Amino acid sequence: MSISLAARNVSHRFGNVVALDDVSIDVPAGRATALVGESGSGKTTLLRCFNRLVEPEQGQVMVGDQDVQTQSPVSLRRGIGYVQQHGGLLPHWRVLRNVELVPTLQHMPDSIDAARRALELVGLSSTEFGSRFPHELSGGQRQRVALARSIAARPGVILLDEPFGALDAISRAELQESFDNLRHDLTVTTLLVTHDLAEAGRLAEEVVVMRKGRIEQRGSMRDLIRSPATDYVARLIERARAGLEALRA
Amino acid sequence: MRFPFRILSIATMVVGGAIPIALSAQRQNQPVVVASKPFGESYLLAEMFSQLLESRGFSVDRKPGLGATEIAFGALRTDAIDVYPEYTGTGLVAILHDTLPDSVAADPRAVFAHVARRFADLYRVRWLPPLGFQNTYAIAVTRSTAARYHLRTLSDLARESPHLTAGFTADFIGRSDGLVGLSRVYGLRPRAVRPLAPAVKYQALASGAVDVIDGYSTDGLLARYDLVTLIDDRHFFPPYEAAALVSGRLESQVPGAVAALMLLSGRLDEKTMQQLNRRVEVNGEDVRRVAGDELATLGLTGTAHDASGAQAGQSARQSGFARYLWDRRETIGALTVRHLELVAFALLAAVIVAVPLGLGLERTRKIAEPTIGALGVLQTIPSIALLAFMIPLLGVGVAPALMALWLYALYPIARGTYTGVRDADPDAVAAAEALGTTPTQRLLWVRLPLAAPVIMAGIRTAAVITVGAATLAAFIGAGGLGEPIVAGLALADTRMILSGALPAAALALAVDGVLAIVELLVAPAHRRKRFWRTRTGGPDVTIAPAV
Repeated sequence: MSISLAARNVSHRFGNVVALDDVSIDVPAGRATALVGESGSGKTTLLRCFNRLVEPEQGQVMVGDQDVQTQSPVSLRRGIGYVQQHGGLLPHWRVLRNVELVPTLQHMPDSIDAARRALELVGLSSTEFGSRFPHELSGGQRQRVALARSIAARPGVILLDEPFGALDAISRAELQESFDNLRHDLTVTTLLVTHDLAEAGRLAEEVVVMRKGRIEQRGSMRDLIRSPATDYVARLIERARAGLEALRA
Repeated sequence: MRFPFRILSIATMVVGGAIPIALSAQRQNQPVVVASKPFGESYLLAEMFSQLLESRGFSVDRKPGLGATEIAFGALRTDAIDVYPEYTGTGLVAILHDTLPDSVAADPRAVFAHVARRFADLYRVRWLPPLGFQNTYAIAVTRSTAARYHLRTLSDLARESPHLTAGFTADFIGRSDGLVGLSRVYGLRPRAVRPLAPAVKYQALASGAVDVIDGYSTDGLLARYDLVTLIDDRHFFPPYEAAALVSGRLESQVPGAVAALMLLSGRLDEKTMQQLNRRVEVNGEDVRRVAGDELATLGLTGTAHDASGAQAGQSARQSGFARYLWDRRETIGALTVRHLELVAFALLAAVIVAVPLGLGLERTRKIAEPTIGALGVLQTIPSIALLAFMIPLLGVGVAPALMALWLYALYPIARGTYTGVRDADPDAVAAAEALGTTPTQRLLWVRLPLAAPVIMAGIRTAAVITVGAATLAAFIGAGGLGEPIVAGLALADTRMILSGALPAAALALAVDGVLAIVELLVAPAHRRKRFWRTRTGGPDVTIAPAV
C-alpha cells in the first residue's frame, strides 16, 4: 500500500538564506525519485518537508492525498521510514530493540517479529546480530540495521538522506543492491537525497537536479544525459563521466 | 513536554519553603543558646556562661566557634543565639565603626557606656557589666629582638619596622583597628607581612620565621614564650573589655538567665584569665573542666575538680594519637554521622532541583548559559560570607548550613546535566525524532540514558565539594567534623584538628567511591558491557543468544 508524495510551489528560507525557491515535485506511488545536488542546494531541506522536520514558509506538501499540515508531526513520522547518513542507531540499545522502535511506537502486537523479519530483509540474521550493540557492527552493517529500522513497520514511504554516503565503495554497492531489491519487493515509495549522480541513476526512476534551492531539471537519467536542460546539469554529467573515464584509463 | 518544569517548581517550593518553616517552629520553646567565637578564650568564657546557667536550672544549647564577629553578632541580633562573649573595642570599631575623641576612647568606662548605649538603640542588644579584664591586642616580639632593636613602644617598632617581618592573623591585617590603623597612626611599614593562623603564630615567632606578631594580652601562650609586649604609646587600640553580650529575646523572655550571667560581672581579672587560657591552650586541659574549676573557685557553683586536673590534661596531650582518637570515638562517630547527614540532605535537595533544571535548560537553550553562569557565580561567594548572609533569614545551626551547601552543590549538577543531555549522541537523537518519538520519549529513552555518566560525574564532583564545604558548617553552629577542626585551630591543638580532618578526608574518599559504583550502574548499556568485558578479560566477541 504505497502512497504518493507531492510538493507544490514550496519555498523556505533559513534566516536570509533561500533554501527552497518555489519547488514542485511528484513521486508516484511505488516509484523512487532521487534529489541530486551539492550541499546547500536545498535537497535535504526538501526531503525534510515531507516528515515535517522542516515546516516550509510557503507551498503545500502532500503525503498520499493528505496535506502534512493536517497531521501531527509525531504520527506522520511514525508512518514514514527514514534513514540518515550516520544511521543514528541508539547506541545503548541492542540491534533488535533498535529495529523494533517504530513497531513499538505504533503499538504493533507482534513488534518483535516485525523487527526480526525486517532484519532478515536487509540480509542480517536476527539470531546472529539481534543481540549486538551498534558499536559491535561494521559501518555497512549499521546502515543495514538503520534501513531495517526504517521499514520494520512497513511504511508506505521511505525517506533516505545520503544513506550510503559514509560507506566505503564496496559496502556502498552491496547496500545499494540490497536496497534496490527491497524497494521493489515492498513497493515502497522512495525519496532519496544523494550527491552521487551514479547512485541516483541506479536507484531511482526519476532524478531531480537541484541548485541554490531551485530545480534545474527533472527526468529520467536517460533524459538528463541525452538533453541536459542547463549548463549546470551538463557539467554535472560531464564530471560523473570523467570519473568513469579515469577508471577505464 | 512540561514535566521537568513542574518538578522543578515543586522541588524549589519544598526545599525553599520547608527549611524556614522548620526553623521557625524550632525557635518557639527552647533552651538558652550560648555561643562563642572561634578562639580559645571565647570558648572558655562561653563554657563558663553555660555551666553557670545550668547550675541555676536553665537548659543550655552550646554553639561554640561561630565563624567570626559578623556571624556571631549577626546571629545574636536576629535572636538565633542568646549570649556570647564580646569585647567593647570590637563592638566599637568592627561593629559600630564609630570613632571617639581620644579622651573618651582611652577611658574603658566611657567606651563601655558608649557601646552599651549604641547597641541598645541600634540593635536591641544588651552588654552586661564587664567581666573584669581587658583582652587587648598585644603586639609582641621576642626578648632578644626587643634588646637588639631597642624596642619598648609601638613607636620604636614603627621606626625599626623596615628591618622586620610581621606575622599577623588575617583578621588583624584586614581590620581598621589592626594593621591598617597601625600603619596610619604609627607609620608601621614591615619589610613583609605574613598572614598566619592564630595557632601557629607563637611558634613562628619563637623559631625566628617572623619578628613581630599580634597576640591577645590574655593569651596563654604570651606568657609561655616569655615575649615582650610593646606599649601602645599613642593609645591607638581602644579598650577591649570582655563582657557578655545578650540578645533582646533573652532579656525580655528569660530575665532570670540574664541575672545569673551577671553573677560573673567583675569577677575575672587579667591574671586569672591568663592562667585559665594557659591551662587550655598550653596544657591542653579540657575546656569544660577548666571552666568548672574556675566557677567553683569563685564560689558560683559546687565543688571544684582537684588539682590533678592539670596533670591529667598534660598527660592527655602526650598520649598517642590513636589512643586519643579511640577515647573520642563516640564523639567523632556522632560528628561523622552529622557530617554525613548534612552532605546527604544538601546533595539530595541539590539533585532534586538541579537535574530537572538542567533538563529544562536543554529545552530552552537561550537562557541556559546565563542561568548556569549565575549558579557559577554563587560558587565564587566565600563560604563565610554566604553563611553570614544566611543568618538574618535562617539563623544559625543546621538550616543555614544546609542552604549554603545546597547552593554550592547546584552548579556542578546543573552543569553536568545540561551538558550531558545537550551533547548526547546527536545522530541518535535526530533519528529518534525523525522516526516519530515524542520529546518525552527522546528524553527518557535516548538523552537521559546517554547523559547518565556526565550527570553522575557532576553529582560526584558536587558530593566531594560538599563533604569539604560541610566542615565550614561548624562556623555557624551546625556541627559536623568541622567542629573539632575549628576548635583545634582555636585551641592550638593539632590532634583535635586531625580528629576532624582525617575522618572528613576519609569520608570524601568513601563518598566518591560509593558514587563511582553508582556511576557504573547507571552507565548506558553498551558501555557497561564493554566495562565488564575488559575487567573479566574475556574475548572481544558477542555472545549470540541461545536459539
